[in-house]
Amino acid sequence: MPNFSPSPFMPLNTASPLPVDILRFNTCGSVDDGKSTLIGRLLYDSKSLMEDQIEALERSADITGGGQINLANLTDGLRAEREQGITIDVAYRYFATPRRKFIIADTPGHVQYTRNMVTGASLANLSIVLVDARLGVIEQSRRHTAIAALLRIPHLVVAVNKMDLVGWSEARFLEIRAQFEEFLPRLDIKDVKFIPMSALNGDNVVDASPHTPWYVGPTLLGHLETVHIASDWNLNGFRLPVQWVNRPNNPTDAALHDFRGFSGQIAGGIVRVGQKIIAFPAGLTTTVKQIWTFDGPVQEAFCPQSVTLVLEHDIDISRGSMLVGLDAHLPGSHADLQAEVCWMHPRPLQTGRKYFLKHTAHTVQVAITEIVSKLNLDTLESGSAPAELAMNDIGEIRLRAAKPLVFDGYATNRLTGSFILIEPGTNTTVAAGMMRPPREIVQTVNADYVI
Amino acid sequence: MSNYHLDHLQHLETEAIHIMREVAGEFERPALLFSGGKDSICLLRLAEKAFRPSEFPMPLLNVDTGHHFPELNEFRDRRAKQLGAKLIIRTVEDAIAKGIAMPAPGEISRNRLQIPTLLAAIDEFRFDCCIGGARRDEEKARAKERFFSFRDSFGQWDPKNQRPEIWNLYNGRLNPGENMRVFPISNWTEMDVWEYIQREQLEVPSIYFSHQRLCVRRAGQWLPVNALQPPKPGEDVRELVVRVRTIGDIISTGCVESPASTMADIIAEIAAARVTERGSRADDKSSEAAMEDRKKAGYF
Repeated sequence: MPNFSPSPFMPLNTASPLPVDILRFNTCGSVDDGKSTLIGRLLYDSKSLMEDQIEALERSADITGGGQINLANLTDGLRAEREQGITIDVAYRYFATPRRKFIIADTPGHVQYTRNMVTGASLANLSIVLVDARLGVIEQSRRHTAIAALLRIPHLVVAVNKMDLVGWSEARFLEIRAQFEEFLPRLDIKDVKFIPMSALNGDNVVDASPHTPWYVGPTLLGHLETVHIASDWNLNGFRLPVQWVNRPNNPTDAALHDFRGFSGQIAGGIVRVGQKIIAFPAGLTTTVKQIWTFDGPVQEAFCPQSVTLVLEHDIDISRGSMLVGLDAHLPGSHADLQAEVCWMHPRPLQTGRKYFLKHTAHTVQVAITEIVSKLNLDTLESGSAPAELAMNDIGEIRLRAAKPLVFDGYATNRLTGSFILIEPGTNTTVAAGMMRPPREIVQTVNADYVI
Repeated sequence: MSNYHLDHLQHLETEAIHIMREVAGEFERPALLFSGGKDSICLLRLAEKAFRPSEFPMPLLNVDTGHHFPELNEFRDRRAKQLGAKLIIRTVEDAIAKGIAMPAPGEISRNRLQIPTLLAAIDEFRFDCCIGGARRDEEKARAKERFFSFRDSFGQWDPKNQRPEIWNLYNGRLNPGENMRVFPISNWTEMDVWEYIQREQLEVPSIYFSHQRLCVRRAGQWLPVNALQPPKPGEDVRELVVRVRTIGDIISTGCVESPASTMADIIAEIAAARVTERGSRADDKSSEAAMEDRKKAGYF
């Protein structure tokens, strides 16, 4: 029999100072805005770079860079990238300060920017949009901001970079801020911070710049360390997509013989022992008997913890089922869906095509029934129905699923309101989708469990 | 659990458990790559958290190069037994004997030969998914790899053509012969791994702690003196107090001089470290794209 108790090995050192939480952010900007330089600067100035990494930079500087250290080489990891001086895909970087741990998704700004940015930013707490102070707001700045808004990233930083090249002009900084404020009200972003900086020289990245006495706000790192992210997770409306049915099927251990738990990561809200829940698609209600974890049973658990629930009644529940709290807002359940999608594949989206849709732990077949509109990322307005959506297009579509999905609108819950589309045959992920709010919520009358 | 707040280790843990369970849910015949090294030690604890009170829904798999540290193999076998897990071992030695792996003339390193050995094991057991303990902070090519890393029927990774990975929705669909490598601790750093081992009070092989060892100076590193590549006359050989920071084969794993004899010492040492963990692995130093090239060929 396996030994379930932790091995008694080393005493826990409680004196070890642990950072309190993790902030995920992504950087976006167009080709020469200095994204990679900014990340390099953050790592370099926060002393997160190691000697062998700096050595490797110097080695490649001698070979390809004419002796100049290129901080961008830190994130451009693949051979083709270094050879062509471009960033192909999303690169992840990690650093920590005594206050926080950080996960950076460095998303390239050139071709395929939408696809890459959606990939890198989907789980981010914060997006940094880089703007070249000489150029001000350009098409790409608007697009990146719009995508951040669409993905409902809670916090936005506008990094006005290369301020050294405009003589550290406060007037120029305010001008760019005004350009943003022209279109920001049309996007649903609650928290925006503008920071003047020079990533190349390190001004206002980690250390405050002597060149901006007129700027009283925090440095970029100061902001990243203190921005309030505790409310970024959804604690309203319990949702548990069931990933795996936990059945030990152990004939020799009486305690485990009848154990039947439902394992998953809580995608919203809080669950408590004794709480009434409803299980979909069965549509039957029951109560939570036990919240099982490896570290012992708990009285309550919350998003995004991974738990195993034991329920009072024996209901038909399997992978893809959804357990929902009855004490807060309820999800919808439809086979006809409406959603915004970001198309990510060279073969365009067309009406009538069939795909697999993966939503939470549930995969169903869907057919595209209508392309309703395409978003113009420059004007931020929805245009009339196009014939197809091409790679990097964002549009609103209708789909018909082979079975009803239990979901929330993406604006209510990023985890139960999102999905991907998978092309049959190639199995490629071709789209990221965000559900519109359900037309009506599920009905719970006559849902009581009956033996 | 008050305040509904997760610290960074709890956050990384719940992400990894979610990924483990997705593997159990999406694949027919998964395996978990367990070497006995610190990263895969964390994987086993995560598997316990994901699947208990049930047995693991997958066996453990190890490719034994024949050049492992004996302390590592002893620990590997003992830990698997403790957990009641099935451990499958396939050896490079055996793969060479069967003609699956072909050493180049004079080739001593087993690094390259692990690849055909692993692919043959995947074939033999028809594994459709292998969970591995790779982390993105280890190396620049890994920094670009997905949690679910698709491999074609030759086991190859195509970095330019990876599936987009969005929210926590992982696409595990495969055609016959294709394979997935899944890395639940992609987002963990070396420090996170040690802090987790400390918090969970996990045992690790003794060579991670300070010990006396006869070492030979080669290419700027102290390598353990071993029978495979014995010291040549004129080489600098010394008895040192060392530990290993990352475990590879005995012929390529650099030892660092260190007095760290407890978990707290190790954490303090890493916090103050000025070189990365892979700085002590000769196999990664051969060129800037060494890891990228091995991954493209089917490496873990």
